Amino acid sequence: MNSFTLISARSLPEAAREAARPKTAVKAGGVDLVDRMKEGLDAPERVVSIARISGLDRIEAGPPAHLGALATLGALASNEGLRRHYPALAAAAGEAATPQIRHMATLGGNLCQRPRCWYYRLAEFDCRKKGGSDCFALEGENRFHAIFDTEQICVCVHPSATGAALLAYGATLHTVSRKGRRDIAIEDFFVGPDPDPTRENRLGPGEIIESVSLRAPSSETRSAYRKLKEKESFDWPLVEVCVVLRLSGGTISDPRVVLGHVAQVPWRSKEAEAVLAGARPSPELYRKASEAAVSAARPLSQNAYKVQLARVALERSLRDALT
Amino acid sequence: MSQQEIRLGFNGRLETKKMELSTGDPPPFDPAQKFRILGTRVPRLDGPAKTTGEARFAIDVRLPGMLYGRILRSPMAAATVRAVDLSAAQKMPGVEAVLVIAEPGSAVRFAGQEIAAVAADSPERAEDAAKAIRVTYEPRPFVVDAQAAVKPGAPLVFEKGPETKTSAGDMPGAAKPLPIQGNVQGPRASEKGNVEKGFGEAHAVVEGTYRTQVQTHTALETHGLVANWEGDQLTVWASTQGIFTVRDELARELAVPVSKVRVYCDYMGGGFGAKFGARTEGIAAARLARQAKKPVKLFLDRKEEQLATGNRPAAIQWVKAGATRDGKLTALQLVVHGNGGINGNTGTSAPVKNIYACDNVKTEEYDVFTNAGPSTAMRAPGHPQGAFALEATMDELARRLGMDPLAFRIQNDPSEVRREEFRIGAERIGWAARDARRQTADPSVRRGIGMAAALWYNTGRPGPKAEVTIHRDGSAEVDHGLQDLGTGSRTMVAIVAAEELGLPLSRVAVRIGDTGLPPGPASGGSTTTPSSAPTVRAAAYQARQKLLERVAKEWNTAPEEVLWAEGVFSRKGNAGQRLGWAEACALLPSSGVSAVAERAENHPEGWKRFTAGAQFAEVEVDTETGQVRVKRVVAVHDCGLVINALTTESQIQGGILQGISYALYEDRVLDRQTGRMVNPNVEQYKILGARDAPDIETIVLPVYDGVNNTHSVGIGEPATVPTAAAIANAVSHAIGARITRLPITPEAVLEAVDRARGGGA
Repeated sequence: MNSFTLISARSLPEAAREAARPKTAVKAGGVDLVDRMKEGLDAPERVVSIARISGLDRIEAGPPAHLGALATLGALASNEGLRRHYPALAAAAGEAATPQIRHMATLGGNLCQRPRCWYYRLAEFDCRKKGGSDCFALEGENRFHAIFDTEQICVCVHPSATGAALLAYGATLHTVSRKGRRDIAIEDFFVGPDPDPTRENRLGPGEIIESVSLRAPSSETRSAYRKLKEKESFDWPLVEVCVVLRLSGGTISDPRVVLGHVAQVPWRSKEAEAVLAGARPSPELYRKASEAAVSAARPLSQNAYKVQLARVALERSLRDALT
Repeated sequence: MSQQEIRLGFNGRLETKKMELSTGDPPPFDPAQKFRILGTRVPRLDGPAKTTGEARFAIDVRLPGMLYGRILRSPMAAATVRAVDLSAAQKMPGVEAVLVIAEPGSAVRFAGQEIAAVAADSPERAEDAAKAIRVTYEPRPFVVDAQAAVKPGAPLVFEKGPETKTSAGDMPGAAKPLPIQGNVQGPRASEKGNVEKGFGEAHAVVEGTYRTQVQTHTALETHGLVANWEGDQLTVWASTQGIFTVRDELARELAVPVSKVRVYCDYMGGGFGAKFGARTEGIAAARLARQAKKPVKLFLDRKEEQLATGNRPAAIQWVKAGATRDGKLTALQLVVHGNGGINGNTGTSAPVKNIYACDNVKTEEYDVFTNAGPSTAMRAPGHPQGAFALEATMDELARRLGMDPLAFRIQNDPSEVRREEFRIGAERIGWAARDARRQTADPSVRRGIGMAAALWYNTGRPGPKAEVTIHRDGSAEVDHGLQDLGTGSRTMVAIVAAEELGLPLSRVAVRIGDTGLPPGPASGGSTTTPSSAPTVRAAAYQARQKLLERVAKEWNTAPEEVLWAEGVFSRKGNAGQRLGWAEACALLPSSGVSAVAERAENHPEGWKRFTAGAQFAEVEVDTETGQVRVKRVVAVHDCGLVINALTTESQIQGGILQGISYALYEDRVLDRQTGRMVNPNVEQYKILGARDAPDIETIVLPVYDGVNNTHSVGIGEPATVPTAAAIANAVSHAIGARITRLPITPEAVLEAVDRARGGGA
């Protein structure tokens, strides 16, 4: 790890001011940033810690909900209001990582964490995500990589569980930077690798997530979250699914289907949503919708099995949500 | 020497044998003997120190003025080193020693190989300095895939013949020279009877190819040591399975007399076979310390541990087996291509040769070299791989014969002990109902039960020495240069001495982990307990005899006239004349009384040579997602006479957990494009965690084998031999399709399910 100056910001305006300076990284829980610095993937000269800024860890379950960027995954998972009104988000936070990490990892950090691609995570591979000229996973060891959009210049998968859930709930991010505050719809937040594979979201330089808000669900809203892993302890998902939709008068409306760990961004499946919208729940419908969801999958040389996992996880999630 | 009648046996079936006893070696315990401590559940004596953090492992040692060593490793999988420029590193602040490990002209054969080393006043500065070393490599073609390495024209890993490294943990016979062609060395061949004739007599013949992956040791404490020179005296704190092998290797490499090297290993965080000798990093630390004239600590990080400290080699095994219509095995044949990177000695034939009775057995073992980190001994070398292939074959053959796999095994098992273990295990797991229980409440989830046999060797060895001193206050101490890997060896020593002396554990002090003590065994091959326990018992027995002689002198009689029982000395034929332990010890001089014993040879009249064992696994498999959950394991083992029931059970549980992890998760992944490992960590190199651990039931059968005076046998290795095989058989039972490769990932299960449905293939 390189030597750096640590600045402990006391207020958001101070943090935004400090973060705007060049070669500066923003740290919340530090779970991912410190790992990257140890491996030499990031070598900031200055680190601005926002961990001590008061009020940023608040959780207002609402509904509508308003969540501070410093709320930990553990706190989100155990919040009674969230569990009642946004159960798929609470489940996504509660099943991420490990108890130790959930105690430290924050909502903002979880949304901004970098991919777990093993080529990206090792300094000796100068891959496109680090500004290099190759994606080693395209022709290499890609059993955990993307199955959608694999014609892209980088085929890692986005790791954020809360990202998948917030996309399904249609959340809005509230950010602050030296230029002021702005709102970003979650649909616009995550970006694929083209044209710039070194970033996964639209945050500008020095821009900090302050909070996230979620619309109030209706009494007809149904949701589900599922993930499939090799191990139950200490493992990343092979695929995860978050589904949020409404069921009124026996008919589905406003379906939002998100698959995680299948693409460079949390992957909204418009194909599955098209099958679900206006339909009546049935095992046959769940099967059709999940088949539609993976119809555009183009797996790499070693990860065709993930297509089936994504299909099965979605079929089961729809069953969870609707029965 | 004296001759004595000794009772041996198992499960109440005892026989009497005449045995030659060496002078000073007590007779093996009689099966009727009742023990106060031995065989009970004794918590580790160092448990509180480890739990509170008070225990100082080698990795915790800090000396005044100590420097930190760091190794620079090759990022290239194959290259010739053309130049190593240390000048920039030497000028960096805090750097006090720099040295070259791979001299110009030497070959790099895997990514992660050691090139140079530095020592600096902080770990961070040492790391920066290592990065500042300029190495010029001339790249050479490489091959990391074993199937590519055997093809004509594949890049040669060794231009001029291999350099196989062996250690104290290897199977015997490892160092024999073999023919080599391209990257393939071998075969190590064996043949008993005539397999062609055997297959001719068979009514059913099955064959299959089984693939297993590389597993790394991943001990919690990494490899390394702290080296401190005082003049020409070298003192070392090492994380090692053999303090004496470290001492001898350092003396040889540093060209100092053995008498000038002292090695300590007080507490140790696991080895699993990869920690014998000083190794490259230990020698580098001692050289850096000599250069800097300051103590140097050099412990590897997790990534280095994954890259370069050894592993269980991969294997591709082809097995063919035949049996008669009524279930008698007639032929067994194995051809294995093991892949241990740049190391050979990758055979897996022991289970095929030694578990089931068969008149015609042929095995051929080939080593395939690739540009990958070297294999080394790992917990039952060759056996978990071999058991996986053999036991899958036994299941397949039973199926072909229309026989129950359990009955088929029992019919062909020559071990009376294992046949009993099969019966006990089958009853506990509910074998008879296994087909009826395949369905679960969830239509996509199937339940399966599988089993496999364990095998190991009664491997205690002569050579170790121990000294037992009885003090005038009645307390005792044991001095024995043994290292406790975390298995409970320290506690084992105390139990044996306390039992023999009639003392409570609290009155016995144990000194281990120091080459200044009488030498103990290296801890490998499950030889520790059967080598140490009889030595410690003999020393305690002899010290007690000396005390008895002192009592005889006090009573003006011959020692033969004095008896000892339950801590009290008495005179034959005179019940009134008695002396308690404390009063007897009070007769001793202030130096107390001591005896040094050397472990006797194994008794050739001993009852059996192989350790048995049987494990049964129950799994649930999601046939749509391919996820496997191990729900239960029943393990029935024997390891002679158990000295500590608690740590024996702990060893078995550890062997099973490591076996499950091997069966389902662990896999070293090398990038085909660069030859580098892509998961050199414990995040993407996946190891079983708490939520993946099943219920484990262990049953240990006492066997009085008379091979040594305590009947003790090691359990560390047999406990992991059958686990992966039993799980693979359970998964195959659940899904109705044969699992032919490890790890059994969701992908592997889905592939097998697909194959069974007639798709894919």
